[in-house]
Amino acid sequence: MLLNQFLLLAAILFSIGVYGVIVRRNGVLVLMSIELILNSVNINLIAFSTYHGLGGQVFALFVIAVAAAEVGVGLAIVLLIYRNRRSVDIDALDELKG
Amino acid sequence: MIIQVPPTVPVVPEQLDPSAVPLAVPEIVWSAVAPALVLMIGGILLLTVVSLVRKPLPSWFHATWTVATATAAICATVPLWQRVQDNGASSEMAGTVGLDGFSLFVTGVICVSVILAALLLEGYLRREDLVGPEWYVLMLLSASGGVVMASANDLIVLFLGLEILSVAVYVLAAMHSRRTSSQEAGLKYFVLGAFSSAFLLYGIALTYGATGSTNLAGIQTFLADNVLVDNGLLLAGLAFMLVGFGFKVAAVPFHMWAPDVYQGAPTPVSAYMAAGVKAAGFAGLLRVFVTTFGPTYREEWMPMVAALAVLSLVVGSVMAIIQTNVKRMLAYSSISHAGFILLGVAAASDAGTSAALFYLLVYTFMVAGSFGVVTLIGRKGDGRHSLEDYRGLSRARPGLALVFTVFLLAQSGIPLTGGFLAKFYVIGAIVDEGLYALAAVAMLTAVISAFLYLRVIVAMYFAGPAGAEEGSEEPAEFAGPPVRIPAAAGLALGLALVGTLALGIVPGPATEVTRDATAELTVGN
Repeated sequence: MLLNQFLLLAAILFSIGVYGVIVRRNGVLVLMSIELILNSVNINLIAFSTYHGLGGQVFALFVIAVAAAEVGVGLAIVLLIYRNRRSVDIDALDELKG
Repeated sequence: MIIQVPPTVPVVPEQLDPSAVPLAVPEIVWSAVAPALVLMIGGILLLTVVSLVRKPLPSWFHATWTVATATAAICATVPLWQRVQDNGASSEMAGTVGLDGFSLFVTGVICVSVILAALLLEGYLRREDLVGPEWYVLMLLSASGGVVMASANDLIVLFLGLEILSVAVYVLAAMHSRRTSSQEAGLKYFVLGAFSSAFLLYGIALTYGATGSTNLAGIQTFLADNVLVDNGLLLAGLAFMLVGFGFKVAAVPFHMWAPDVYQGAPTPVSAYMAAGVKAAGFAGLLRVFVTTFGPTYREEWMPMVAALAVLSLVVGSVMAIIQTNVKRMLAYSSISHAGFILLGVAAASDAGTSAALFYLLVYTFMVAGSFGVVTLIGRKGDGRHSLEDYRGLSRARPGLALVFTVFLLAQSGIPLTGGFLAKFYVIGAIVDEGLYALAAVAMLTAVISAFLYLRVIVAMYFAGPAGAEEGSEEPAEFAGPPVRIPAAAGLALGLALVGTLALGIVPGPATEVTRDATAELTVGN
């Protein structure tokens, strides 16, 4: 088992997530991209915990819990915007600029 | 880097002697987390009380409760401070919560920002017909997260504190249900905040991989005892963590969200974000970079932080000048203030940390006061924030104009205000480290940003009526409905004014406290 295979997988997932956050216009898909980044972190943590003991796995559990809370709040805000604008297009939010 | 796992047979539970692995339960020392507990329980109790009482409670009740809770949290730090000064720093709960002067001082700063923001919020909510306890509950919970973050001695705790802090503020930013710009600010803050947390987390994971520990004291001792042959993993971890913190403290080039969010969020919430959230972000940054990686990896991260500082100083002050919206202008000015505080971080010395802490304290008063005035001028609808709306304020509300002038002059760094000494100490700390170029940039941008504060002052005092000839004698009329100053907001402005001036005239006590507020990492028992 090679550690760098897991690190590579995590790095790829991370990059896909970053790409999604930057490129996607749909608010819900942006949230999903952020989840992808958080899961890449989980893969890293668990892969490293093979060497460093259980700390990484405990951390991964915390990350999962926090990610759930975060996405809950995020979806609520997206829903609020959908109610007012009938759209979840992030690029259409251009009231604030200067 | 290819690491081959040694081909040993994995340990299965059956092979372990059950008596050999006692379950280690750390001793829970509640007193060590008393300030965070007070804030958290205060917030939850407020929600409980409000939902148990049948009649809607008057709006002053929520604000008074919040102020009382934050004051109680400040009181809770006093005996702990004594303990730290007498017995030295310690860490509790299996070494995850650090108890040192640094964490207690930042706790105090966060509580002050909660008090000021809650007082501003009271009149704001009545004016906007949004009365409810949720605002205060969220603010208290977020402050408790900030306190957890400031006292974290473990990257897991740091991350949890950061998330408790941030998630509550995402909601607060989007809370004004009738202003679509508030919801837009909430979503933008959420997306970029979650994005930056993810970066920070990725950095934490890489650091954990490189050092084998999430405990800050463990990382520090590991790096002091070992030299990493291949430190690419750790450097990548440091860079990712710096990106995460850079987003949180709104340092250029990770600042894009700040102007939009500060402008769109309800103004008292902007005050809290600029003061409290920034203080917590810098607490995390100082703890991780200066205290943990300072002794061993200073050469590696110092240039990155210095670059962020210079960019923030320059971009913050230059972009602030061209704004016509005062809230947005204050947002850019807060970016340039972040640049100053980053200089204190870049010094990576005890003097630099003390200077950064003093700056955070002064900045809390200055920025809460400034956003307080902006809250009042915004009037019903929270929409009158352009520079035009400040024309002739000196005639309509001379007192308010004078107070705002003091806050703006303090932010620009005029002597006899706390702002001057804050900048002075930071620049002194980096000159001590021989970073003269950074000091020169800092002073230059201080001059540039003085211009933007003077622009607002000129609009309040000397502007002619809109469209009039230059130099016309006729003073501008203050447009729009009259500005009302609720008692609580008046109190907040008074407190902020006293804080700003007192720290400039008698800085002695505060500088002594910041000098004693050193961050120390101790291995838990």
